[in-house]
Amino acid sequence: MKLKLKVWRQEDAQDKGGFQNYDVEGIDGDMSFLEMLDVLNNNLVNEGVDPVEFDHDCREGICGSCSLQINGEPHGPDRRITTCQLHMRKFKDGDEIVIEPFRATAFPVIKDLVIDRSAFDRIQHAGGYISVNTSGNTQDANSIPIEKEKADDAFYAATCIGCGACVAACKNASAMLFTSAKVSQFALLPQGEIEAHERVLEMVHQMDKEGFGHCTNTGACEIECPKGISLENIARMNREYLSASVAG
Amino acid sequence: MAGINKSTIARKVAMALSGLFLVLFLAQHFTINFTSVVSPSTFNEISHFMGTNFLVQAVLQPILIAGVVFHFIMGFVLEIRQKKARSVSYGKYNGAANSSWVSRNMILSGIVVLAFLGLHFYDFWIPELIHKYVETNPDDPFRYYDETVAKFAGDPIRTGFYALCFVFLMLHLLHGFASSFQTMGLNNKYSPGIKIFTKAFAIVIPMGFVFIAIFHYFNNL
Repeated sequence: MKLKLKVWRQEDAQDKGGFQNYDVEGIDGDMSFLEMLDVLNNNLVNEGVDPVEFDHDCREGICGSCSLQINGEPHGPDRRITTCQLHMRKFKDGDEIVIEPFRATAFPVIKDLVIDRSAFDRIQHAGGYISVNTSGNTQDANSIPIEKEKADDAFYAATCIGCGACVAACKNASAMLFTSAKVSQFALLPQGEIEAHERVLEMVHQMDKEGFGHCTNTGACEIECPKGISLENIARMNREYLSASVAG
Repeated sequence: MAGINKSTIARKVAMALSGLFLVLFLAQHFTINFTSVVSPSTFNEISHFMGTNFLVQAVLQPILIAGVVFHFIMGFVLEIRQKKARSVSYGKYNGAANSSWVSRNMILSGIVVLAFLGLHFYDFWIPELIHKYVETNPDDPFRYYDETVAKFAGDPIRTGFYALCFVFLMLHLLHGFASSFQTMGLNNKYSPGIKIFTKAFAIVIPMGFVFIAIFHYFNNL
């Protein structure tokens, strides 16, 4: 396959940046999208050009590092996958592929396609945890009875890998799906009840402080989420938030 | 509750509540207007009651105006915040791949509805205020039907513009009505039923208003 790539190049956070066009040849349909970028970078290095910076780590859909906006969609045209799980067979010979970093004011570009997603870390640090005494007398979590439905919902919420596709897909650059997943994974479990009010207030406060937008329920985040995190989590977080606000 | 008024969730909940209030008003407004099609005397009777009742005029009307103003101002406030949240736009953004046009363009449909409200106030509310408080005309319980019909009779442009604006109101409600329940935290086994009801409401009520305008236009040719 021969492809025309339109790739965002940006020297650093201060640089204005812009698109650069590249041609790549010999791309096999069984290659992953990141392997195609590896081919591009190999070519660029051979030509003495600075290779395109992009984030990647596990390359098996677990770490959420490989966040790219591909032809106007986070992680490309496929569903329930990360960029590393996107295969080139989704494209045709001669296609033009536009590759950009995830865009949000809270996700500043570091270089080329690499963005700073530490805003997510700060939201998590604000309350995405439970305080447990680990001095040796901790009760075994498996000894606490939990309804199957709640345990499943908590587990599904916990599958969020924090890739940022929800923010990238949202027309408002809202982080509500991410934050609500991190709130829900504890709110649904007895271990999370004790700090529930403080958690949701602090995490929403931090989310707002980072400059993410409002949720307008377009549902784009749920569609583009590689783990299929449900909008139900946003409704749950809103309930938790209102309840915590009223309780003071 | 410190800081709640600045939170994104609280603002969206306030937006949803004001929207739900306006939906209630819309249902009431449609019910009254529809009587103009089936019984002009009933329409006159209800309109006279609404136009002269102290509770409606002194309490409900100011609350309604406050609700309308709040909904529109908050809509713009949220839009500004959203623009700031993505200061650099995408070179290519395929919104249609994951969301509906109406959900992405609430501000556009809202602006058209706002423009419509301007015309609607110019057509009905301002003349009503002038009639009652400037000219201080004597009470006439039989004038409402004739005044309403006169706006559409022989005016295809006004009738067409009303119809177009109600199409935009339908688009606004198709997303906004159901969305308000999600914002309020309601996403459970009743949600599919709520979605069906809100979609039916979003189509039936605005199209009903279109029918009323077109009915009076053709009925007075």
